[in-house]
Amino acid sequence: MPNWVWLGMKAGRAATDWPHHGPDGQEGNLGMPAFDSGHCPPGCAACVASCPTGAITADGSITIDYGRCIVCQRCLETCPEGALTPSDHWAFAVRERQDLVLAQSAAADEERALSSRIASSLKGSLHIRHVDAGSCNGCESELQALSNPFYNLHRLGIFFTPSPRFADLLLVTGPVTPAMRAPLIRTWEAMPEPRMVMAAGTCAVSGAPMDQGYAAGHGLEGILPVDVWLPGCPPNPAAFIHALLLLLERVPQKVHGGRYEP
Amino acid sequence: MNECESRILTAAELRPVAQDLVRQGNRFQMAYAVWEGHTVEARYLVALGSRRPFLLLKVRGEGVLPSLAREVPLLGWYEREMMDLAGLHFEEHPEPWPLIVHEGMSVRPPPLGPEGEGKGQLAGESGPPTLPEVRADQVQDLIWGPIRGDVLESGEHHYSYIGEGILHYQMRLFYKHRGLERRFQGLLPTQGVHLAERISGVGSVCHALAYCQAVEAALGLEVPPRAAMLRVILAELERLYNHFHYFGHLCKTTTLKVGEAFGTLLEERVKEVNARLTGSRFLRNCLTVGGLRRDLAGEDIGDIIRTIADEGIAYLERLNRTASHQDRLIGTGILPRQTAFDQGATGPVARASGLDRDMRRDHPYAAYELLHFTVPLYEQGDAQARTQVRMQSLRAALDLIAQAAASLKSGSICADIPARVDRGEGLGWTEGPRGSLYYAVHIRDGRLVRVKIKSPSFSNWRVFPFTVHGSNMMDFAINEASFGLTVAGCDR
Repeated sequence: MPNWVWLGMKAGRAATDWPHHGPDGQEGNLGMPAFDSGHCPPGCAACVASCPTGAITADGSITIDYGRCIVCQRCLETCPEGALTPSDHWAFAVRERQDLVLAQSAAADEERALSSRIASSLKGSLHIRHVDAGSCNGCESELQALSNPFYNLHRLGIFFTPSPRFADLLLVTGPVTPAMRAPLIRTWEAMPEPRMVMAAGTCAVSGAPMDQGYAAGHGLEGILPVDVWLPGCPPNPAAFIHALLLLLERVPQKVHGGRYEP
Repeated sequence: MNECESRILTAAELRPVAQDLVRQGNRFQMAYAVWEGHTVEARYLVALGSRRPFLLLKVRGEGVLPSLAREVPLLGWYEREMMDLAGLHFEEHPEPWPLIVHEGMSVRPPPLGPEGEGKGQLAGESGPPTLPEVRADQVQDLIWGPIRGDVLESGEHHYSYIGEGILHYQMRLFYKHRGLERRFQGLLPTQGVHLAERISGVGSVCHALAYCQAVEAALGLEVPPRAAMLRVILAELERLYNHFHYFGHLCKTTTLKVGEAFGTLLEERVKEVNARLTGSRFLRNCLTVGGLRRDLAGEDIGDIIRTIADEGIAYLERLNRTASHQDRLIGTGILPRQTAFDQGATGPVARASGLDRDMRRDHPYAAYELLHFTVPLYEQGDAQARTQVRMQSLRAALDLIAQAAASLKSGSICADIPARVDRGEGLGWTEGPRGSLYYAVHIRDGRLVRVKIKSPSFSNWRVFPFTVHGSNMMDFAINEASFGLTVAGCDR
């Protein structure tokens, strides 16, 4: 019979030290399309028509709501001038929903001073209650990956907990289907204060592309007060780590006014 | 419909024909309804055996039909789904309570019914489900869910138990119902791929592939050989990461912690390969109607996957030599062959109970016809047999990826798409990591008017409780893990 303890020790350390140093594990993984308005020919709206979720709108100039982007890459295949290009911009977590909207006309917002909204009691470690409010299981697959030896979420002092009574953060995936709405709200009500909420995955941010039809959901807006918005379809495990550390004010936000600054 | 012999029946003929078909060992695959005006056509898809066309039974009428759920139990859920969503009525149904639209919720008019364009919304709050009364001394009832511990999909489980012994178990799913079949309506046939990729995230390829194949059949498209072979590579990479996940999760339930770590790490390595090959850890954004959206460097994938293959096979052999792990699987959650057949088991669950079915071999698609693989078959029907089927299927996936990579030839990757097809219908299928998957698409005036999705977990969730009744609480998590179910694909 194999000696599993010995095998585990022999295999050595598999965990990365990211984001401090070491690999993020996302080589080749595509993020949100990058947009350069300088290449955008006037009157062209090819990307608008190609977007299946209505994330891109044209009203004189192009506006992109990354909170509706499912990273399908169709717009950049359609763009005739290369204004939209593939990118590795997946660390897209923000504190204000508005920061996911890139308007060509508006200047990028100045970096907001980080408000100290995190109670000092949470600085040490974070306990998460995850709720699947109707996701496709893509987000769950990546959340489960956070516990694999490579990402090893525990190294950052972050843990999943079964009981909302012990949770600091409610991490919600899925568009909030009609049947999951009441159980979701009951979970939030069962949490002690201070309690925080993360909308994880494009469905939870805006509902897209599950925001139409008789069983549509529109994400967390208007249902729960959201502290961090993380679009992505699904967000990769490193993007989840970035979002969690952003919540704890341990890393800076990379996206302001829809613009990504590495 | 492609690959189907159609037979039009009256409602009165349906029951005797179904009884005959089942007596001869044929198996119903799915059932759904298509409305046109105020007439509905109920359709039953029957598999007549390997490499034979399917039989498609059609019954036209105004929506009142005899229930076949007593003779063909696996149809029970399909009939309840049609009652909930399509406005049909099945007379003398043995389980005439709601399935998808929970007690306490409603949607009017029925969204897949004659006035399906209606703006009715699914509304209300889930009330207590319909449960049998379990009466005995010291019985306890446990309701667990829809939000469970850990990072899990939502679904509710009901147990009536005495001590450790479970007298009755049933689950209530469809908390995650997103109305996705209806979402395809009105789209151009080429526009539905991104939705199909999001029916079940860990089945992005098998869903999108079945959808593409259904549309290609309706449009009469021939996929170029290179695209067909690359589709095999994508489908088998998906099987690979799903199966490694399965073993990691299974080890978690048997508390083999290091085994869990190895399994989930192997899953992670495959997802990293997926991202480097396609830009997506879930292999999304590659498939399109007619072939692929862009060419992929599939030639190198055989070499890239080799280290993972060596480690993976050593890992599986170690699991098989670990008595404490095997002890928890042997004799756990036994699914007899007849129950598997009657209740509709599919994929590794069916093959562990002696039902020899695999869509890749029995109804070849993509480029599977050109590749060699064996389909494992076990008779015991317990958790161990289910894991053995998955193990061999994982080895076959590694081998198929190598074969497919070696046989790739350069060439075009997408067929020309006709400008418009006014009317058509098509059936597409795949063998996903969890079993057989069907898409039926109906096109009128150039647009999709009905898309039916049959996911493997819809079949296997129905089967699962039959292995739980009379078992014990300690085995439940292991048994559930051995089934390897997802909720999203079932709920849609």
